[in-house]
Amino acid sequence: MNWTKVCKLEDIAPNTGVCALVKGEQVAIFRQASTDQLFAIGNYDPAGKANVLSRGLMAQIGDVTSIASPLYKHHFCLQTGVCQEDNSLSVPVFEVRLSNNNVELAA
Amino acid sequence: MSEQAAISKQRIIVVGNGMVGHQFIDSLLSSEQHNLFEIVTFSEEPRVAYDRMHLTDFFKTRSAEPLAMTTLEKYQSQGVSVHLEDKVVAIDTVAKTVTSAKGESLAYDKLVLATGSYPFVPPIEGNDRSNCFVYRTIEDLEMITAAAEGGAKIGAVVGGGLLGLEAAKAIKDLGLEAHVVEFAPRLMAVQVDEGGGALLKDKIADLGVGVHLSKATSRIVEGDSCVHRMEFADGEALETDLVIFSAGIRPQDELARSSGLEIGERGGIKINNQCQTSDKDVYAIGECALWNGRIFGLVAPGYTMAKVAASHIGDGEQTLTFAGADMSTKLKLMGVDVASIGDAQGVTPDAKIYTYFNQPDEVYKKIVVSADNKRLLGAVMVGDAEDYGTLLQYMLNDITLPEFPEALILPHHNDDSQTGLGVAALPESAQICSCYDISKGNIRAAIDAGGCCSVGDIKAHTQAGTGCGGCVPLLTNLVNHELEELGLKVNRDICEHFHYTRQELYHLVRVEQIKSFEQLLEKHGNGHGCEVCKPAAANILASCWNDYVLDDQHIGLQDTNDIYLGNMQKDGTYSVVPRIAGGEITPDKLIVLGQVAKEYGLYTKITGGQRVDLFGAQLHQLPPIWKTLVEAGFETGHAYGKSLRTVKSCVGSTWCRFGVDDSVGLAIELENRYKGLRAPHKIKFGVSGCTRECAEAQSKDIGVIATENGWNLYVCGNGGMKPRHGDLFATDLDKDTLIQTIDRLLMFYIRTADRLQRTSVWMDNLEGGLDYLQQVILNDSLELGADLEAEMQLNIDNYQCEWATTLNDPDKLKRFNHFINSDANDDNIAFVEEREQIRPTFENEKAESNNLIAKAS
Repeated sequence: MNWTKVCKLEDIAPNTGVCALVKGEQVAIFRQASTDQLFAIGNYDPAGKANVLSRGLMAQIGDVTSIASPLYKHHFCLQTGVCQEDNSLSVPVFEVRLSNNNVELAA
Repeated sequence: MSEQAAISKQRIIVVGNGMVGHQFIDSLLSSEQHNLFEIVTFSEEPRVAYDRMHLTDFFKTRSAEPLAMTTLEKYQSQGVSVHLEDKVVAIDTVAKTVTSAKGESLAYDKLVLATGSYPFVPPIEGNDRSNCFVYRTIEDLEMITAAAEGGAKIGAVVGGGLLGLEAAKAIKDLGLEAHVVEFAPRLMAVQVDEGGGALLKDKIADLGVGVHLSKATSRIVEGDSCVHRMEFADGEALETDLVIFSAGIRPQDELARSSGLEIGERGGIKINNQCQTSDKDVYAIGECALWNGRIFGLVAPGYTMAKVAASHIGDGEQTLTFAGADMSTKLKLMGVDVASIGDAQGVTPDAKIYTYFNQPDEVYKKIVVSADNKRLLGAVMVGDAEDYGTLLQYMLNDITLPEFPEALILPHHNDDSQTGLGVAALPESAQICSCYDISKGNIRAAIDAGGCCSVGDIKAHTQAGTGCGGCVPLLTNLVNHELEELGLKVNRDICEHFHYTRQELYHLVRVEQIKSFEQLLEKHGNGHGCEVCKPAAANILASCWNDYVLDDQHIGLQDTNDIYLGNMQKDGTYSVVPRIAGGEITPDKLIVLGQVAKEYGLYTKITGGQRVDLFGAQLHQLPPIWKTLVEAGFETGHAYGKSLRTVKSCVGSTWCRFGVDDSVGLAIELENRYKGLRAPHKIKFGVSGCTRECAEAQSKDIGVIATENGWNLYVCGNGGMKPRHGDLFATDLDKDTLIQTIDRLLMFYIRTADRLQRTSVWMDNLEGGLDYLQQVILNDSLELGADLEAEMQLNIDNYQCEWATTLNDPDKLKRFNHFINSDANDDNIAFVEEREQIRPTFENEKAESNNLIAKAS
């Protein structure tokens, strides 16, 4: 698998996201500080129809870590990409890792 | 021709457009048959119906408008013909016509007399001297005001009843020395007994009002030191500059009398249970009507009569009947709580009496119970009327009293001495709100079917508790009880991560000096947080410590708008709103705004809060836009925060011919004082330079209106989806006191409100309501004043322009690129031109893509 370096870990403020452009695709990458985890999903909000998910709020509901869209607060699961309010909507999920303090996407 | 038009409408003439006449029209208009009627109303007053119950409020604003119950325009749009300043002088019950003073002659199908009452002026010598008034209409109050402003120093009221005491308060508030002269040996002789009357007298006298009991005024003559000298039968006298007669009311039955309708021996138009007079096509309702030998001098029975008459005329069936009315009352007179229920004097044969008198706290309570000790017959309360709602329900619903009835009026020192009436015991028909006649059943229905789940919802949905407010404690108990019954355990936890309310979290943060969400979660929560608790915590932390919201420890908590210090629009672009305090802006600054908008191609719109909104800025454009603005002397407008937005102002005395004070100057000062203050929800202010109220301050969270003597403060108003008129909170404040009051009030709101609760809803849900809030803020009853002021000062001291701070931090600025790894922009954002400006494209336009305009980058 090829990994593409996107940014340094500290470029992502704790518990927020950034948007990366990888092979023409907009990818939202999130950093959960308390668990040192990274997540990556598509940046396009299919409900709000805009490229904004990286600017959403990380939200835990039950055991699911999701991102609440900044537009209309639809929740997208960071593991599956499925929208909690409307199962017919989902966003793509990407593999992401931290390597030597670099945030890298599988691409 | 439609069937509807084929039937000619019945003409209903309503004589008198007071509160009851208006209620009749309202009831008839809201009936299903309203299309069958043509309504005509006559009023001898120069304005349509207003709230006479709150007449004294006129002195607070000197404006008739807040008292209005409707408007001429509204009546017209409802098809009601209104004849103002014209009095019906004759009725021909055979020809079924009326004739007015101006010579109008009109035929009627049904006639409704709502002529009300007139003040009784004792037939004593000198009662027609100048500066002798009655207390009934806005015109009366205008004349009293003019006399006070014309140099009167002392005022006396003849009559120590409810209205007389109101009049005395009004005189006192106008700055005069006030006296009350009462024929009976006690004040409010009808409603309270000897013990209650004695305490009431002491309390009123303590407030600086001269109380003269058992005094029969024999004549009014030229005074020595004042305009008048009132001479009493016992040989004593009182010098006064103005006299107000408030010695009871008499039914206004002159028209009915001269028209041959049956009149009671001591006055009043006789009516049956359908409110019909001796002529079946003529009805009488309200204070002019005599039912079963009784006149009802309160508005609630008048409203009931209005509804009965409207249903009888509307349905032609006896669906509703008038069956008398309970005359129990609860009121606040010059800050003294007084309540009277049923047989207050204990005149029922063999009735037993329990009294409680607490001299140090100045509380008097009495209950009158039946001979078998099982039923409550009446009660009197002075100084503390908390138990009114409970006692009233005992009496109205014939509920069996507890074994020891005295427990009902003894103080509840221990929690186990629970004597309050369980709301479960109330029958479905129990009237909870007497002002709007809302029963327990109505409230249950509003919860079951109407989806109401708070006292605030119930108030908005049913109007219960929005009249005199006396039923709110009972209403609150009932609503909570019903919700619990429904199994809707009222879970007020903010979310699954914190088992606390917002108010509790606020206290934890403040008391334990918690400075970050991480600390809060570690000590009091669980999990990682969500989009509910994170912004709420961010907001609480900001209200307490006012740190920079984009600090690493706070940034992940911020909601959509706060996190990029801009308001996100539907396409992911932002609007930019610099602060324009008080709406005052120099031409140079205005030019800068224009230049920025032009350079970045931003859609430009003037906001309702007197500033300029620039739309369509992309994330990466925010820093350079703000750099230009900050360099030109602008600051962030906090349009993105749950925080102070704008202080709207009129131009004020500086320019306006009618201005009384400098509203713009005050608005700027207030805006600069409270800018950056984060609160449970956004806060808007308004400052008007005179009572014309061009700044619409009464629709704001905080509204300030200039008066001749300082500033009047209104609180908890709201525009928006559920408009709420602000409550008059304090009058004639000097600027320092005004600011101190606002400091305390805002911090108390921040302390106690729920998440995302506007001040209007907060007020509606606040137990004790306006009175309680005034006690806490103005009288410092909780001794919180100094703390609240210090907390506000800390906020003010820590103010920063968040954009200026951000522009100085290169690391923070990195976040304002659409991509972290590329300088490209979001290719999904596109605009089209409309009315010479940009707007976001619609989906179908994106597909066509030929009209799209490129955006400057």
